Amino acid sequence: MLSFILRRLLLIIPMALLVVTVTWGLIRIAPGNFYISERALPEAVERNIREKYGLDRPWYVQYGKMMWNIVRGDFGNSLKYRGQPVNEIIRRHFPYSATIGILAYLLALLVGLTTGIIAALKQNSPFDYGSMAVSMLGLSVPNFVLGPLLVLVFALWLFWLPPARWGGISSLILPVITLSAIYIAYLARLTRAGMLEVMRSDYIRTARAKGLDEKTVLLKHGLRGGIIPVVSFTGPALASLLAGTVVVEKVFAIPGLGNIFIQSVLNRDEPLILGIVAFLSILVMVFNLLVDISYGFLDPRIRYD
Amino acid sequence: MNNNGTILSVNDLKTYFQTEDGVVKAVDGITFTLAKGETLGIVGESGSGKSVTNLSVMRLIPEPPGKIVGGDIIFDGTDVRALSIDEVRKIRGKRIAMIFQDPMTSLNPFLKISTQLMEVTQLHLGHTKQQAYEHAIKMLETVGIPDAKSRVDGYPHEFSGGMRQRVMIAMALSCDPELLIADEPTTALDVTIQAQILELIKDLRERMGTSVILITHDLGVVAGMTDKIIVMYAGKVFEQAPTKELFERPANPYTKGLLKSVPDPAHEQGEPLYQIPGLPPDVAHLPPGCPFAERCDRAEDICRSEYPPFVEINENHHSLCHFAKEVYDGN
Ligand SMILES: Nc1ncnc2c1ncn2[C@@H]1O[C@H](COP(=O)(O)OP(=O)(O)OP(=O)(O)O)[C@@H](O)[C@H]1O
Ligand SMILES: [Mg+2]
Repeated sequence: MLSFILRRLLLIIPMALLVVTVTWGLIRIAPGNFYISERALPEAVERNIREKYGLDRPWYVQYGKMMWNIVRGDFGNSLKYRGQPVNEIIRRHFPYSATIGILAYLLALLVGLTTGIIAALKQNSPFDYGSMAVSMLGLSVPNFVLGPLLVLVFALWLFWLPPARWGGISSLILPVITLSAIYIAYLARLTRAGMLEVMRSDYIRTARAKGLDEKTVLLKHGLRGGIIPVVSFTGPALASLLAGTVVVEKVFAIPGLGNIFIQSVLNRDEPLILGIVAFLSILVMVFNLLVDISYGFLDPRIRYD
Repeated sequence: MNNNGTILSVNDLKTYFQTEDGVVKAVDGITFTLAKGETLGIVGESGSGKSVTNLSVMRLIPEPPGKIVGGDIIFDGTDVRALSIDEVRKIRGKRIAMIFQDPMTSLNPFLKISTQLMEVTQLHLGHTKQQAYEHAIKMLETVGIPDAKSRVDGYPHEFSGGMRQRVMIAMALSCDPELLIADEPTTALDVTIQAQILELIKDLRERMGTSVILITHDLGVVAGMTDKIIVMYAGKVFEQAPTKELFERPANPYTKGLLKSVPDPAHEQGEPLYQIPGLPPDVAHLPPGCPFAERCDRAEDICRSEYPPFVEINENHHSLCHFAKEVYDGN
């Protein structure tokens, strides 16, 4: 088990470097440059800039230098936010994304799992039909529609909550709901399907034949097997929630990582792009590892070696 | 208390399933009685309604799509159909226990063997954790699991198929039930293991005085173990008789076919086993006559047009056939 975790952790570094390399290649292939704007620059100025940032050197020298720095954990300074180290920018903006991300994740788990379990337990009941209809809606309404809609109703119409910006718990409610809606919907459906599948299995019939009541059968015998398909979804889900979703951050004017990432791409801010990409890919890989580890706790048949 | 010594009597039981293909009459008018300490064999091809009959007794039919639509199930004087589900749960696992066909899937793969054994006696016998744990070890020893003390904390995947079926038997017998229903307990196992498991059931039945219903599609299995046999086909009882009489003088062509397909010791190596021609009918669309007519080697016109009578050969021997007496005498 321990050696499994160690091996997986060691694998994360080369994988992240690979992701960085591919991203770097794509940036270089794409037309345009960070210093190009509508106005053409005088040739002398351009030559100066290229020299200053080492762009006049052969590509492999540039690549080698960049990788050498990155391996030591230094992504350099942002090109747009002059003099600000990339690491510093990520450290400053990530907490915003992480806060609403974690809250949205917890909300999605709580509401999605409970709804799915109850719907499965009361299959074909009004609750089942109702919740599955609502979740279908949740899956089909995009969050750039849901967000403004919630703002309209709860902020501009009922005046219960602030429409946007960061500040206090009340400002978190709408973005968290907007962000988690689709995950709640998906989790509820996934949990329901998983539970229904398991509740048909032979060992559930055995549990019933023992005289156990339906609640024990479901929670003690059914739940574990039922949520295994859910677990594989929740790892990547948490990673993408933490990374911040651009749309929600834009709608609610939250200075999170998603917002910064879009800016960096628009600005061709190469060090910042690479820094965020590396950070996010590590995040995803760590959470996938956590998922794999939790499988081991859920299912005793899984062995790590 | 019941005074005539009957533990279970099933009378004209009908269990139907609502499917897209129409109403599946999985069990359609089954009648039998089982005396205390007696062993009943239920045989029949796949789909004949053996499992549904016994799941009905335990009220374990998934509803919907299934439903017990008629008949009586009297267990030790109690009308099981009239009980509330809570009252049924007090019988399940305590007074009637069940062993299922596939030991690989019938145990919960996520829970320790100890947990799965302990919950039965904690529920029904009011055992404390400690008592239940010790009882679990004792039961595993009873069913012949070596090194029970350490294996009790293992998971099902650490046991072989035969050992798992032993665990299932230990679980079923934990509360010393009055009736044990074994639904094809050996079908999924190797031949040598099969014999061991049957031997175990036989031995425990004698020691504990449990009544047993043994379901199988292999007449060879029930021969040495049962007092009487009912032969099922398409949801109906085709023949019922004391075991010895059924083997010696069957009164139904279907039973004769089943008997012919049992391999006997004199059977020549390599010679193909007899098989009843054709397939069991679709119970959602039964023909008007005898459901076996299409496959029967002595069917006549009447068999295809008229439903056969349930003929009494003698007090304990009945057969559903237009020619029951002839078949009986022809032996
Ligand atoms: N849940 C269900 N839904 C619909 N039909 C069912 C259901 N369970 C059983 N049946 C039908 O009832 C009939 C009898 O099934 P049953 O399981 O009792 O057969 P069996 O004699 O036990 O066969 P086997 O030897 O294969 O176990 C079959 O035609 C089957 O398709
Ligand atoms: Mg069966």
